[in-house]
Parts: sequence; structure tokens; C-alpha cells
Amino acid sequence: MSDGRPPILEIRGLRKTFGDVEVLRGIDLAVQAQELVFVIGPSGSGKRTLLRCCNRLEEASAGSIHIDGADIMARSTDINAMRRQIGMVFQSFNLYPHMTALRNVTLALVKVLRKPRAEAERIGMAALDRVGLAGKARSYPGELSGGQQQRVAIARALALEPKIMLFDEPTSALDPELVGSVLNVMRELKSGGMTMLVVSHEMRFARDAADRVIFMDHGAIVEEGPPQQMFSTPRETRTRSFIAELMR
Amino acid sequence: MNAWSRFLDTFFKWPLIERYFPDIAKGVVVTIEIAAVVVVTGILLGLALAVVRTFRVRAFNLLIVIFVDVLRALPPLVLILLVYFGLPNIGINLPSFAVLWLVLALVLAAFAEEIFWAGILSIPKGQWEAARSTGLSFIGTLAYIVLPQAIRLTVPPLTNRTIVITKNTALGTVIGVGEILNQASSAESFSGNATPLMMGAIAYLILFVPVVALGRFLETRFSWRRV
Amino acid sequence: MEAIVQQFFNFGIMREALPIVVAGFIQTIAICLIVIPLGLAGGLVFALISLSRLRSARWAAIAVIDFFRSIPPLVLLIFVYAGLPFAGFRPSPMTAVAIAFFLNTSSYYGEIYRAGIESVGSGQWDAARSTGLRLDQALAYVVLPQAVRNVLPDLVSNAVEVVKLTSIASVVALPELLYSADMARSVTFNSSPIVLAAAIYLVMLWPIVRLISRLERRIAA
Repeated sequence: MSDGRPPILEIRGLRKTFGDVEVLRGIDLAVQAQELVFVIGPSGSGKRTLLRCCNRLEEASAGSIHIDGADIMARSTDINAMRRQIGMVFQSFNLYPHMTALRNVTLALVKVLRKPRAEAERIGMAALDRVGLAGKARSYPGELSGGQQQRVAIARALALEPKIMLFDEPTSALDPELVGSVLNVMRELKSGGMTMLVVSHEMRFARDAADRVIFMDHGAIVEEGPPQQMFSTPRETRTRSFIAELMR
Repeated sequence: MNAWSRFLDTFFKWPLIERYFPDIAKGVVVTIEIAAVVVVTGILLGLALAVVRTFRVRAFNLLIVIFVDVLRALPPLVLILLVYFGLPNIGINLPSFAVLWLVLALVLAAFAEEIFWAGILSIPKGQWEAARSTGLSFIGTLAYIVLPQAIRLTVPPLTNRTIVITKNTALGTVIGVGEILNQASSAESFSGNATPLMMGAIAYLILFVPVVALGRFLETRFSWRRV
Repeated sequence: MEAIVQQFFNFGIMREALPIVVAGFIQTIAICLIVIPLGLAGGLVFALISLSRLRSARWAAIAVIDFFRSIPPLVLLIFVYAGLPFAGFRPSPMTAVAIAFFLNTSSYYGEIYRAGIESVGSGQWDAARSTGLRLDQALAYVVLPQAVRNVLPDLVSNAVEVVKLTSIASVVALPELLYSADMARSVTFNSSPIVLAAAIYLVMLWPIVRLISRLERRIAA
């Protein structure tokens, strides 16, 4: 898939230690433009930490991370400017409860990108429309279902026009009947050309939409490959037993 | 004399520290005595009032609410002066120690009642229902199921409020109770130097900083458990 | 019974004392209008420092907060008013009150703000920071509004404490409500002026105390 452009996300030798526990043991990963990379693995494998290191919500202990060629860990990097280019969607949505959906989306546009309010609202409404919630712009998070809240969270990240979007178990906190609405939005993002790194265990979604699936265990990448291969004929035993567990 | 030695001479003059140490120490004993009786009687009374409220007798509830509201709205010093100057004129003569204890204990009881009551109310009805449906009596439920859970919730606010009220023992100086501030101010005007006051301040710090730190520790420990 | 009414509810004496008591009441309000805003601002500063990434700053802020929460306000006031003159700084009663109460109130508000900010889940910080908001922006627009909402009963309750605290200023002869009432008492040998002052405190504070109880119960629910 690469066409000579640098990968949007390039991770080399990433290590992270919490106290004396090594959670990430040297991760090498590259996500090309418009790729959807899926990360699976048991809890404790370090998937969440990996994601959080990518926008420096966690500081890596060693290794390097480049976004579109720029070293995000360099001392001269402006973290806040860099974070605008990386969208993040959380398992627990983390919408601001005291603001309407629209304001949730436009806050960073106004304060970080310094856009005038009218233009920010236009962009915000467009983002909400993309996730199918233009009608809920004036609603507060408390008035929305879990699926709707997560879609607003996606719109919030989308509005900043990031180069890559990171998804941390986006549907794990949702009731089963609401999962579909969020996955549909993610599918639509993918066909719109967004580069995505997704941590999740929605296997069917991975099979349909992922370009590559990565299996992590105990802080290291065990195996990676296209979804068909990973799910039907994985090479490693660990991968095989994990997938079997998930299918059960 | 440079600024530093002038500072030491004003606030830490050694001969005065030696001279007035016994007096301040006496004040510490008095402060601890009052604080101890106030805390014990105030909290017990507050708990008793909260328990009475669980019986939901209209007349008692009204009296308790009025009592609690008035004592939480009035400054303790106002009550102290009222009791100290007013009661003798209608024939009741209480020594200053008793006046201070009475007022502070009642104020603590009022705050404690509200805190215990909030704790009791926050225990879900399901707990009462479960206990009663196993045949446990009202009082038994209260004693074995509700209060033990409620009391855990009350520890942080109760500690804070108790600290605030025991610091009010300093108000005793206004009516002549021989606690720390009283000893320190008399010594100060006697000696014409601020050292006794500094000693008094340090005495309070020694007494209360550990308690405040303990309160901080209890608060983190107990709010963590609340989940 | 007759004696009780005479001593505590003598309306004639209350009427005589009314002008001086009202003047005292106005002075009390003046003190509150100075101390409460200063305390709210100072408390916020203390709280922010106590949450700083620098361990030394955190410890310093907490030490200062606990220091001023451990000293009885009356002791602090007397120290500022009667102790500092020996070092050359001679504050007026009002200045001494302002300084002492500011230090005391800021510490309590600092604790309240700290608890409030900590009660806002870390997910909110994560979300705000991950959209590129600066630390101060995340604090101002996302975390602080929620923090204040969570500790509103405590903020109001502490304001009530400040109003009650003003009565202590009477000890340094600041002519606020209690001092004026006590003056009237010592002149008339009758406690009714103090009952009058008590009534004024009740009218001012009882509604707020009720409101706080209701707010507290709603949050506990």
C-alpha cells in the first residue's frame, strides 16, 4: 500500500515501564496512509498503553514515534499542536458533561485552532452530520445514548481533521444493540480515506474493514498479517488460542 | 542588632521561653481537656439525635431540625457570650469552663447530627428491606446493618468538622478559660514581648497539625473505599 | 420565666441598641465582601499549586494549607494584630482581620478546590488534552467547571463559616456585629442586644444552612 510517502505513524523500539513492570517491550509498528490497523490481544498485553503513547498521554520510556515524519518526542515539539493531528476516541467516551454536543466538538476548534465561533460551528455541525447526529447538536451528553455519545466523541476528534485516528476499545462500554451504529461510522471513516489504529475485539468488523491485524501479548507483537490469514490460519500457537477464545 | 537577631528577640526570646513554658503547658492541658470532653459528648449527642430522627416522629424531628439549624447558623462566640453573661442574670451560674464545653459540645452535636443523618439517608432502602425481611427488628437493622455502613461515610466530614470546633476552644480566652491563647496573651502583655504568643501558636501547631494530617489520611482512605 | 424575658428578650433595650447593632452589621458585611472573594481567589491558587507536577511545590502548598488549617483563626488574628507590632508592623484592626482571615479562608477553600478537581475523572483531562487543549485551557473550560459543580455545597458552606468567623473580629475591637452588640450589653447590663445580633445572624444564615443541607443530600443521592 505504501507509495513512497512516509508512514503516517511509525513506531520504533517503543518501550514503557511502570515502576518495575515492563508493559511494552520494544514495539515496531508502521501504519501507512489510509490503512486501518487492528490491534488485538489479551488484557494486560499493553495495547492501551501503546495507543496512549502515540499521543503522549503516556510518556514512553524508550524508542521513537513519528507522526507523518515528525518526531513527537523531540523536546522542540509542541505537544498541543501535535495532538491536533492525532484524533483519539476513548472507551468511556469522555464527553464533557457540562457542554452540549456541538460545544464538545467546537471547543478545541475555538481554543486550539483559534477559529471564529461561526466557522467553528459550521465545521462542528459538518462533523456531527458525518456521524449522523446533526439533530442532537444542542443535546447534552446526559441526554444521549451510549452509542450516540461515542459518535459525538468521534465527531469531536474528526473536527480537527487529524492525520490519524486512534480508537481505544470504542465499543466495549456499549450495550450490544448500540455497537453497530458506532462501527458503521468507523466503516464510513475508513472508506473516506482516514488512517486508523484500532484496539478492539470486534472481530467481524476487523474481518470486513481492517487492512492488517496485529496480535499483541505481554507487551510485544507476536504476529501480524491480513485479517483472513490471522483469523483462519495464524502461524503462532498463542495467536491461535487467543482467536479461538474470542470466537467462543 | 541586625534584622535576624531582632526577629529572634521579638519572637523567640529564650529567657521568656523558659519563664513561660509552664504556663503555656498548663494551657495545653486545659485545651486538651476541653477538646476531649467536647468531642466525646458532642459526637455522642449528635449520633443520638440522628438515631432519634430515624424513628420519624414528627414532633421530635421538628425540634431536632430547629435545634440543629440554629446551632449551625450562629457563630459560637455569640452563643458563648449569651450563655456566659446572660445566665447569671437569671440565676444560673456556670464556671467559664462549663460554658465553653456546653456551647462547643452543642455546636458539634448539631453538625454531627447532620453528618450522621446524611450518612444514614445514603444507605439504600434495599439494605433496610433485606434486613427486615430476614426478621431483623428495626433497632437491630439500625445497629448491625445501617449504622456500621453509614458511619464509614461520615468519617471524613466528621473529622474536619471536629477539628474546626476544637480549634474554637481558643474562644475560651474571651471568657477567661485558662487555655493556651489565654495563657499566651496574658504572658505577652505582662512581658511586653511577642515570644509567649509565638509559643502559643507553636503549641497549637503541635496539637493540631498531626490531627489535620490524620484527617487528610482518613479522607483519602475512606473515600477510596466508598466505591 | 419573667426573668428570662427581661434578660434576653427586652424589646425596649433592643430598640435602643438597634442603630449601633445595624452599624455593626454593615461592618460585618464589609468584612465578608473583602474576605470571601480574596479567599476564593487565594484558595484556587493554593489548590493549583498543590496539584502541580513538581513534588516540592505540591508539598509546600499542602504544608501551607495544613498550617493555616491547624491554627485557630483567633490565634492567627491576635498574632497578626498584637504580635506583629513588636516586629514593627502595626496593622489596623481591619487590616489584621483581612490578613488573618484571608490566610485562613484561602487554606480551607484550597482544600475544597483540590478535592473538587481531583473528583473530576482523569478521562476528562485525557479527552481535553488529546484534542490539543493546553493545560490551562483544559483546566478552565473542562475540569474546573465540573469541579466547582461537584463541591458547590462545600464552597457555600465555607462562605457561611466566614460570615460566622467575622464575630471573632470583635476580640480585636473591630466594630462588627457582635462587638457592637456586646458594647450595648456591657452598657445596659442586659443580654438582649446579643439576642438581637443572634437574630440577625439567623436571618442571614439560616436559609443558606437549609440550602446547604438540601444540596448535600442531593449530591449524596
